Amino acid sequence: MSIADIKTAVVPEGAHPFPHGHLTGIDGLQPWEITFLLDEAEQWVDLNRQSSKHDDRLAGLTLINAFFENSTRTLLSFEIAGKRLGADVVNMHAGQSSMKKGETLIDTAATINAMRADMIVIRHPSSGAVALIADKVDCPVLNAGDGWHEHPTQALLDALTIRRRRGHIAKQRVAICGDILHSRVARSNILCLTALGAEVRVIAPPTLMPRAIERLGVTAYTDFDEGIRGADVVMMLRLQNERMNGGFIPSAREFHALYGLTRERLENAEADALIMHPGPMNRGIEIASDVADDIDRSAITEQVEMGVAVRMACLDVLTRERRGTKGWK
Amino acid sequence: MTGSLTIKDGKLVDPVAGTIKQRDIHVRDGLIDDNPGRGASRIDAKNRYVAPGIIDMGCFAIDIPAFVAGGITRAALMPDQHPVLDEAAIVERAANAGKPQVWIHPIAAATRGLQGTELAEMGLMQRSGAVAVSTGRKRIADSGVMHKVLSYAAALDLIVITHAEDEGLSGHATATDGETATRLGLSSAPAMSEAISIARDVMLAADTGGHVHFREVTTARGFEMIREAKKTGVKVSCGISPAYLLLSDVDIGAYRTFAKLSPPLRSPEDRKAALSALADGTIDVICSGHDPQGPEAKRLPFSDAEPGVSGAETLLALSLNLVREGHLDLASLFTLLSANPAKLLNIPGGSVNVGAPADLIVFDAGSPWKIDSAAMVSGAGNTPFDGIPVQGKVVETIKGGRSLDRPPV
Repeated sequence: MSIADIKTAVVPEGAHPFPHGHLTGIDGLQPWEITFLLDEAEQWVDLNRQSSKHDDRLAGLTLINAFFENSTRTLLSFEIAGKRLGADVVNMHAGQSSMKKGETLIDTAATINAMRADMIVIRHPSSGAVALIADKVDCPVLNAGDGWHEHPTQALLDALTIRRRRGHIAKQRVAICGDILHSRVARSNILCLTALGAEVRVIAPPTLMPRAIERLGVTAYTDFDEGIRGADVVMMLRLQNERMNGGFIPSAREFHALYGLTRERLENAEADALIMHPGPMNRGIEIASDVADDIDRSAITEQVEMGVAVRMACLDVLTRERRGTKGWK
Repeated sequence: MTGSLTIKDGKLVDPVAGTIKQRDIHVRDGLIDDNPGRGASRIDAKNRYVAPGIIDMGCFAIDIPAFVAGGITRAALMPDQHPVLDEAAIVERAANAGKPQVWIHPIAAATRGLQGTELAEMGLMQRSGAVAVSTGRKRIADSGVMHKVLSYAAALDLIVITHAEDEGLSGHATATDGETATRLGLSSAPAMSEAISIARDVMLAADTGGHVHFREVTTARGFEMIREAKKTGVKVSCGISPAYLLLSDVDIGAYRTFAKLSPPLRSPEDRKAALSALADGTIDVICSGHDPQGPEAKRLPFSDAEPGVSGAETLLALSLNLVREGHLDLASLFTLLSANPAKLLNIPGGSVNVGAPADLIVFDAGSPWKIDSAAMVSGAGNTPFDGIPVQGKVVETIKGGRSLDRPPV
C-alpha cells in the first residue's frame, strides 16, 4: 500500500506534519502534508454542521483578506473560516485601494505587514505575486489564487470532496475539463491529485491546452468523449467570458457543443461518476443545468461546504507556531 | 592627444590575425605604434592578456562606469532612449555623451519614434554619427515598411539591426512555451516566433540587397535559418548575449525577474544549439544587451516586470567561461566581442595593428570573483548570474591610449 492510498496522513518518522510557514501552492508539499490538511479539515466539517459553529482558537488574531482581483465566493469562504475560528477579519478590496494610485505590490504588502496582521490571504491577477509578498511579510500568507499559477485551497477542498464521496483518492480517474491554459484551479488540482495517486486527465480545446502539460504527470485529450471515458470524477472549469468570442474558441455555443458536459455525454463516464465545478458556473456553456443539479452525482454545493472547512484547517495549522500550540514547532 | 604608453610583457590577443603572442604594445598619440615613445609610461601586463577593447553592439543605456569595468571601449547605443534616437540632433547629442572616455556610437531609429510606420531621416542621422539603424526592442510588424527600411539603408551602407520575434505569436508573452511556463502559469509563446521573423527578414534582405543583423538569435531553428541564408550569400549576421548561452528557461526558477529577458530564455535544447552556432561561426557577435533596470522595474510580479539584463560588467567573464568550456578559442572570442562589431558598424577598433586606435584592455583571465548584484557599479544590478562564481577580470581599460579611471568596487 502506497502512502497515497491511506486515508489519514502517515507522517514519516522524524518529519514534521506541516513544516511550511505559508501556503503559496500545492507545489512543494509532500503527499502526507496534503493528507494532514485534509484530516485536519474533517473536524471543521463536523463543527460547521452544528447549530453553534464557533471555536475561539484564533481569538485576538487579525486576518487580512487582500484581494487584488474580484472574488465573491472565495473571499466569503475565507471570511467565514476566519470568523468561525474567532479571528478578527478585515477584507481589503484592491479595486478600491492605493494600488490604483500606482503603489507597488511590495509597498502595499509592507503596509499590511506594518498593521501587524497575523495571517494574510491574497488573491492577485499575476502568477507568482503571492510568493513575492510572502517573502516580504512576517506572518503566514495563504494563496487564494495567483494568476494562472495556483489556487491551493481550491485543490484541497476538491480533494476533500472526492475523498469523502469516493472513499479514497488514489487510483481515481479524474478528468479536468475546459480552459486548462488559464486555470490556476487546474494546475493546483493536477499537482494535488497526482501527488495523492489519482490518475488525472485534462481535456481542452487545443487553443486552451498548455504546452508540455504531460510533464505534470497527466494525460491530455482534445476529444471530450474520449477523455471522460471511464472517469470516476468529472471536474468542469469555468470558461471566462472574455475567451469565448473568437479569441481562443469560436463561440460559446460551439464550446458547449464540443466541450460542454451534458447528460448524454456523461454516459461515457462511470455510472456513478462525481460531477464537480469550482464555480461560478456558466450554465448551458461548460455544463448543462440538469447535470449541475443532479442531486445524486453533483458535488458542486458540497465543494463550497468543504471550502470553509479546508480554509479553517489551513488558518489553524499555519498559525500554530505563533499561537504557541503545544507540541508544534 | 595623450602621450606615449608601453604595455609590457602581456599576451597579446590579435583577433584579426587569429593569434595570441607574448609581445609589448606601444602607443603614441592615441594610436598603436611600432616603436616606444620617449618617456612612455608603462603598464606591466605580465601573466595577463592584452586585447582590443570590447565593442558592445546594442546597449540600452549609457552606463560609463559599467562599460569601463567591463572593458568596453565603444558601445553602440540602441535607439530606444528618451527621447528616441530618431532625429539628427538627438543622435549627435548621444554620439558625444561618452567622450573622451567610452565612445558611444548611436544606432538610429529606422522609423520615426520607432513606430514602424514612417521612415526616419537615416541619411541625416548618419551624418550626425549614427553607425546603423534599428527597429529597437521590437521588430517592424509591417513587411512593407521593413522592405523600404532595408532598401533605403542599403544605399547608405548602413546595416539594419532588428529584433526577431513575431508580434502575433509573441504578443504579451513573458516566457517560451514549455514545461517551465506551464508550471509557473506564465503567458508564453512558441520558440518558432523567432525563426518565422528571421525567415521574413532574410527574404526582405535578399530582395533589397540590404544587410540585416539580428541582435539576439536564441533558438535552434533561428540559427538554422541564419546558417542557410549565409550560404546563399544574403547579407545577414547575428548576435547573442551570454545569458542565452549559459541559461535556459529553467533558470526562471521561482519567478526570478532578473531572468526575464527579451527574447525570453529558451529551452535547454535551444541553449545547446546556441553553443553549436557559436562554435561553427554562425554567430557573429557577442553583446551584453546592457539594460540596467532598477527595483521599480524588477521587484514586481514576473508578468509586470520589465525584461532586461545589466550585462556590461559581466560580459567578459561570462564569455571567458565559453572559452574555458572549449566552445571557441580566445582569439575568436575577441573577433565576436570586438573585431566583428567594428566591421559591421564600420567603426575603428577591434584591431591591434599599427595605426589602429589604442583601444585596449588588459585582463587577468584566471582571476576568480563572484558576481554580486548588490556590488555592481552599473546603474542597476539586475543580473540573472547573481551569486555565480566566474573567472576573469579587466584590470585596465584603455581608450585612445588613455587609461580610464576604474570605479571603486
